[in-house]
Amino acid sequence: MSGLALRGISKAYGDNHILRDVTIEAKPGEFVALVGPSGCGKTTLLRIAAGLDHPDRGGVWLGERDMTAMRPSERDIAMVFQSYALYPHLTAGQNIAVPLAMRDLTVWQRLPWIGSLLPGQRVIRADIQRRVFETARSLKIDQLLDRKPAQMSGGQRQRVALGRALVRSPAAFLMDEPLSNLDANLRVHTRSEIVELHRRAGVTTLYVTHDQAEALSMADRVAVMMGGRLLQFDTPEAIYGNPAHVEVARFIGSPQINLLAGEVDAAHGIRIGGRLFVEGVGATPGTRVTIGFRPEAIKLGGPGQAGLGASVQRIEFLGSETLVFLEFARGEASLVAKLAPAEATFFRPGQAVTIAVASGEVLVFGADGSRLSVSPAMRMAANG
Amino acid sequence: MDSIALPAGNPARASEAGAVARRSEALAGWRLAGPALALLALLILLPTIGVVALSLTDFELGYDNIHFVGLDNYLELLEDRTFLISLGNTLTYTVIVTPLSVLLGLGAALLIETEVRGRALFRTIYFLPVVSLLVAMATVWQYLLHPTIGPVNALLRLIGIDGPNWLGGSDTVLISLALIGVWQAVGFNMVLFLAGLTAIPRELYAAAEIDRATTAWDRFWLVTWPMLGPTTLFVVTISVINAVKVFETVSTVTQGGPNRASEVLLWTIYQEGFVYLRVGYASAMTVVFLAILMILMVLQYRALDRRVHYT
Repeated sequence: MSGLALRGISKAYGDNHILRDVTIEAKPGEFVALVGPSGCGKTTLLRIAAGLDHPDRGGVWLGERDMTAMRPSERDIAMVFQSYALYPHLTAGQNIAVPLAMRDLTVWQRLPWIGSLLPGQRVIRADIQRRVFETARSLKIDQLLDRKPAQMSGGQRQRVALGRALVRSPAAFLMDEPLSNLDANLRVHTRSEIVELHRRAGVTTLYVTHDQAEALSMADRVAVMMGGRLLQFDTPEAIYGNPAHVEVARFIGSPQINLLAGEVDAAHGIRIGGRLFVEGVGATPGTRVTIGFRPEAIKLGGPGQAGLGASVQRIEFLGSETLVFLEFARGEASLVAKLAPAEATFFRPGQAVTIAVASGEVLVFGADGSRLSVSPAMRMAANG
Repeated sequence: MDSIALPAGNPARASEAGAVARRSEALAGWRLAGPALALLALLILLPTIGVVALSLTDFELGYDNIHFVGLDNYLELLEDRTFLISLGNTLTYTVIVTPLSVLLGLGAALLIETEVRGRALFRTIYFLPVVSLLVAMATVWQYLLHPTIGPVNALLRLIGIDGPNWLGGSDTVLISLALIGVWQAVGFNMVLFLAGLTAIPRELYAAAEIDRATTAWDRFWLVTWPMLGPTTLFVVTISVINAVKVFETVSTVTQGGPNRASEVLLWTIYQEGFVYLRVGYASAMTVVFLAILMILMVLQYRALDRRVHYT
């Protein structure tokens, strides 16, 4: 088993920089998710890993092997495409057999009619059939092998595409948004199946998605990309709880993190819309900052309790949780808090409330978006 | 239906109202389709019926009397040597022109598709024969293939071959005409194939590349050829129809000669109908001609349509 490394990858089409010096190293057997909004370069990066595109600078390594100059066929990698890219004229079984037939049979043996007369091919074909069937059975599509793609549902086609990638036991898997064409229910189901598949096969996997929930729930480590740059590459827990950049904080998590623009004042406090929000930041006075805290970090209290005053705008009940939308500093900022439904029953739209955020939950980002280290003495302003 | 509680009323009247609504909808449908149906009948159906009707008479242009002769014209066709030769020649011509023009058109399209620079230039050059007037170009071919002053034979003489009388010899005339036909059809087929090629999803080629279909040969058989199926069916159909309809080159260059060696169906029909003015007889030939085309098309679609459309 070998790891997959993309080192210092840059790619531009004319003045349009798709990728800027991106380095991602997946350890042997690791499941790495590349996540970011559309146009962030994640699919280009995957195509470079596959060898379908070529980087202007940087290289691709599989273990100790430099694959940068190799063709896709020489790389021993398999890829699942967003559209599945099944051959529509072949049955599911024939689709899965293609990579094996291409690898194990000669050009002459693959010829129709003539090929079946040549010596030696019978044994190879029987072996291919056996392996296709085993793969199909592990994906529970063995009863579909005689169907053409047009006769299958989206989920079934997706499994055939997975089968075609699995069947030749590659050294690495590349997946380009394989779940985005499935309906919501099937997507959640297939998500766990792919994770289970990865756990069993233990093959290094690079998985591209625009869905942050998919990335967090499936991957060992997540690489967040924006505008052709790698912003953070870390475990799902660190990406969520300890984002290195304001864009990472904004992209990851649903509902979105609360972000408030403010300025450090002379007393090392941060003011939001003129009201003191946190004290003792320890940053240079005058610095423009953005502070962020997750919706579930907000503690809501009735008037008179410790915390900053705000008013309830709207309440959304979502079943397992309730979202409370708040107005802060007379409409200067709006916030969202995530509460257990039982706690939320105390609040009504229009009501005056107080908010409190544990100081450890408050993230401060500088003007360039990068995370600022703050003094451990930072705390929420007592009243406002 | 039975679980729906209808408001107190007469169910018979309700179903009557439904029937009225259906009738008025059907009427609207006929009215909307009316203009197209009328034109179809006027421009295609009526002339065809007219030809079939004329083929059962002995009508000759310029004579007043017209008699119903039943199938006599068709029986005469069976023993008409000119017609039988013409049928055979048309078949030979089609068998040469269709596969050659389809394969060369596909080849040209594949080569142009892979070439990035000069793609538009090559496309235009190959398409020129299609837009040029074949009647005018036929005289150029006549010159090119002239046995003594023609450049083709001049070139052959350079390498020591005594070229034949291309358009004058009864052994070579049909092949020469077929080559002119191929020259004219390749460009058109190429353009159709180019359109078919651009419709192939790029991801299939990427998948083929990942699946180790590394050579152009493998990619062609795994992706290009199967995905071009519908295009190929259409191109073959059009090519067959055009080949069976060969007329301009025969009429301008050989007039069916020498010794009826280039007598083809449309030329024979033209001779009977417009030179000998035997309209009834020419109509019978036309009916046979149409029947052959129809049978070819039906066979082709029956045999192939299912196999080239995968959805």
